[in-house]
Parts: sequence; structure tokens; C-alpha cells
Amino acid sequence: MSTSTGAGARPTIGVLALQGDVREHVASLRSLDVDVLTVRRPEELVRCQGLVLPGGESTTIHKLARAFGLFDPLRAAIGSGLPVFGTCAGMILLADRVEDATTDQETFGGLDVTVRRNAFGRQVDSFEEELHVAGVEGRVRAVFIRAPWVEEAGAGVETLARVEAGPASGRIVAVRQGSLMATSFHPEVGGDSRVHRLFLDLVRRA
Amino acid sequence: MSETHETSSQPVTGTARVKRGMAEMLKGGVIMDVVTAEQAKIAEDAGAVAVMALERVPADIRAQGGVSRMSDPDMIDSIIEAVSIPVMAKARIGHFVEAQVIQSLGVDYIDESEVLTPADYANHIDKWNFTVPFVCGATNLGEALRRITEGAAMIRSKGEAGTGDVSNAVTHMRTILGELRRLGSLCEDELYVAAKELQAPYDLVKEVAGTGKLPVVLFTAGGIATPADAAMMMQLGADGVFVGSGIFKSGNPAQRAAAIVKATTFFDDADVVADVSRGLGEAMVGINVDELPQAHRLSERGW
Repeated sequence: MSTSTGAGARPTIGVLALQGDVREHVASLRSLDVDVLTVRRPEELVRCQGLVLPGGESTTIHKLARAFGLFDPLRAAIGSGLPVFGTCAGMILLADRVEDATTDQETFGGLDVTVRRNAFGRQVDSFEEELHVAGVEGRVRAVFIRAPWVEEAGAGVETLARVEAGPASGRIVAVRQGSLMATSFHPEVGGDSRVHRLFLDLVRRA
Repeated sequence: MSETHETSSQPVTGTARVKRGMAEMLKGGVIMDVVTAEQAKIAEDAGAVAVMALERVPADIRAQGGVSRMSDPDMIDSIIEAVSIPVMAKARIGHFVEAQVIQSLGVDYIDESEVLTPADYANHIDKWNFTVPFVCGATNLGEALRRITEGAAMIRSKGEAGTGDVSNAVTHMRTILGELRRLGSLCEDELYVAAKELQAPYDLVKEVAGTGKLPVVLFTAGGIATPADAAMMMQLGADGVFVGSGIFKSGNPAQRAAAIVKATTFFDDADVVADVSRGLGEAMVGINVDELPQAHRLSERGW
């Protein structure tokens, strides 16, 4: 059992495991000094000092969170300051506003941004590119898969990365606000844990 | 494998990482066969992670016979238009022009599928030539490794499509995972013969012997008709589930689709699987694979 018993304790980081690339996030987190827990139920959520929302289908994850009583507790946890890191679908789920959502799609919200789903196009337009991410030394190999981008960010939102080349050059693809962080791309794909480390800084500060 | 690691900062499409990564995002999800835009919408509303656009579901292909081909581009367009989730479509084994056409339509994944009538009885499509990723069926590890060598970015165990009989899905999944475990138990100097027996390239055989798993996502397909079927395949080690005829050939497609989605996520929780299995109405009428003449078994197409 890992309970948070003050300074120095290993934090327990959850990975929302309703659908998506859960395994990759678990592997990225395991390489850091944390305990990792997959979360499908409210009683698992309450054990976490931080939570990752993985890549996957945002519509599917939303429906499953609703069906299994996780939606409202998670929204409440974000409201009361739980550090959360969302990648791709996870970014959509953290956004206060979504363009091109399905009619019944809701988000957990918390990030004062407007996110556009499938913004770069279809799978044939999915790409990888090396980017600078604020707070990470060197460049990050960013993998974008039917990815969203941040169309508009509120005043309190810090931009961590933008696309640096190609047709979507300049688009915002990584943001941070308070204890929330989100990327359009998948730092968990390819075994680089530097962006996860950035998230752990948020957890340790919370 | 042939994954490339460019150092330029220019965006690059169609890399192995982008193709395989797309399949990683589908894990823990259900991909549903649909033949109309309305069915695609029902599938999306039920929580499908993707839909497979095709003209006839396997059960009808089986019943009606004849040559089964790529779907009409108009029909694929209408499905792409109807949903926001990824859309897959099937090309015949070896029919690289059907694949070119499907790629040009903006489909997100191509299934080079034994459910359609093969176009080439010797060669599969050279899938490295495409930007769009491919999923291919396999009945055993050697077949899976040959497809990956040709560029498949996702594998599904074949099962026997259009039957509602899960037994072949079980056989194929157990075979692939069993052969992987066996490979892991071999000494290094035994891997050369293992590669010969698997009829797969030595380097790839050595790689999977070391990692203990395929370098791509492994879904299951072919005969899954109930939430319990889906949960069993997940417990056996599938990363996710394709459901073909099982949903839209059943009494209440919307409810069954949602139930299979939930059972796939909570595959290890019998209470959830029991709960979602209640009051689903008629499952698809099944055909026992044993009663199918050898020549009518789709899983024996492809090699």
C-alpha cells in the first residue's frame, strides 16, 4: 500500500485505464521514482496524488467514465487541485471547450483552452517532429496521431510547445495551467520520460 | 525493426512509429463492422474506438457467396462523414490498387483481409509503400511475423469471421501467444532453426524472442458475439477486439455494442460482465466452425 505520508514519500500516480495507450504511460512512469496505479473506479482515483489521461478515443473514454461513475468524481478532483496530465485524447478531456466534438461529448475540463479534435487531419496526416518543450532540455521527438491542437488559450495558460515546422507551424501543442498539463503529442510513445518528469514536478509542488 | 529515427525537425508522416502508434491508441477498445452511415453512428454512440466500413458483414458474405471486394468509395465517404472516430476499410489480400484507392479516400487504417476474396494467392501487399497503416490477420506467430515484415502495423488473430463461433479466435490467440512464450524459452543458437520453422526473418524472430511480444498491437477477431466472448479474448491476452457480424446481426445492436465495449474495458471483472450481459436479446445466429466445409473457412486464406 502506498499512502502519501508527507515529504519524501513516493507519490502514487494513476493512469486512467478505461481505454487507450495505458501501457506506454505506465512504462514511462515506472522509469521514474513513483508508484503507478491503473484507475478504472472511483475508489482507485482517491488513492492517487496525480493522474495521467492517456491517448485513445476521447468519445469512448468519456462514455466509459460516465457509465462507471468516474466522470463526476474526476471532475471534482480536478476542481479541488488534483494534478492531471493529458496526452492527445487526454488533452481533449481536460479542455474546457472542444471544437468538432460529437454532440453529446463532455469533458472533465479544468484547462482554460479551446481544443480542436483531429485538427491536423486524418491518420495519413499523422506525423512526428522534434520540438522544444519549455522546461525540457534538448528536443523531444513528438509523435502526433490524429492529434488535437490548442486553438485558443486563456490568459492563465502557459504555452510549453508549438509546432516548429510544416503546414501547422506555430500551433500550440503543449500547455500548463496550475496543476494541469496537456500535450497534443505522445511523449509516452518511444520511451522518453522527460515530459512525464515535468508533470511530476507539478505533483510534488501540489 | 525498420523503425527510422530521423534527426531533422521537419514533420514526417507515415513512419513506423506513427503507424504502430495509431494502433496503440485503439488498445482496450472495440472496432465494429458497419455497412451504413447509420450503423457507424450507432457504433460511435456505443463507444466504439473505430469502425470498419464494408459492404456486407462476413455473415452475409458467407451466406451470399460470390467474389467479395473493396467497398464503394461513396459508401466509405458517407461513413467518414458520419463519425469522428477513426474509419477502417478492407482491401483484398494482395490487391494493392484497392489499398491505393482506400488510402486516397482518407481512411485511417486498411485491413488487408481474408474476409474478402484474395486477389493474389502468392503475395500480400507491400505495406511499406503506403502512408496509411495496415492491419492483417494471422492464425499463428509465423504468419503474424511475415505480415509485420511486409509492413503491417497491427495484427489481429483471424478467428472465423461471420460465424459467431469464438473457438477459432481462441485457438489463434492461444497459438500466437503460446509460440511467443516458446520462443522466449529457446537458447540463442536455437533461434536460427526457429526462424526457419516460423518462416520469418531471423532478425525479427530474435527481436520478439527477446521482448516476449510482437512489436505491434495484437487484437482479436472472428466470431466474437457476446460481452463474455470479448472479455475472454482480453483475458487470453488480446489488446482489443474486432466485432464483425456479432453486433448488427443481433437483436439489439446499440445495446449489445455498448455491452461489448464495457466488457472489453472491465474484462477481468465478472460482476461487470454479468451485469452488461443481462437482457441483450438475441445474439447473432451462430454457425459451428466444425460444420463449415474446409473450402468455406476464411481463416485459411492468407499464408
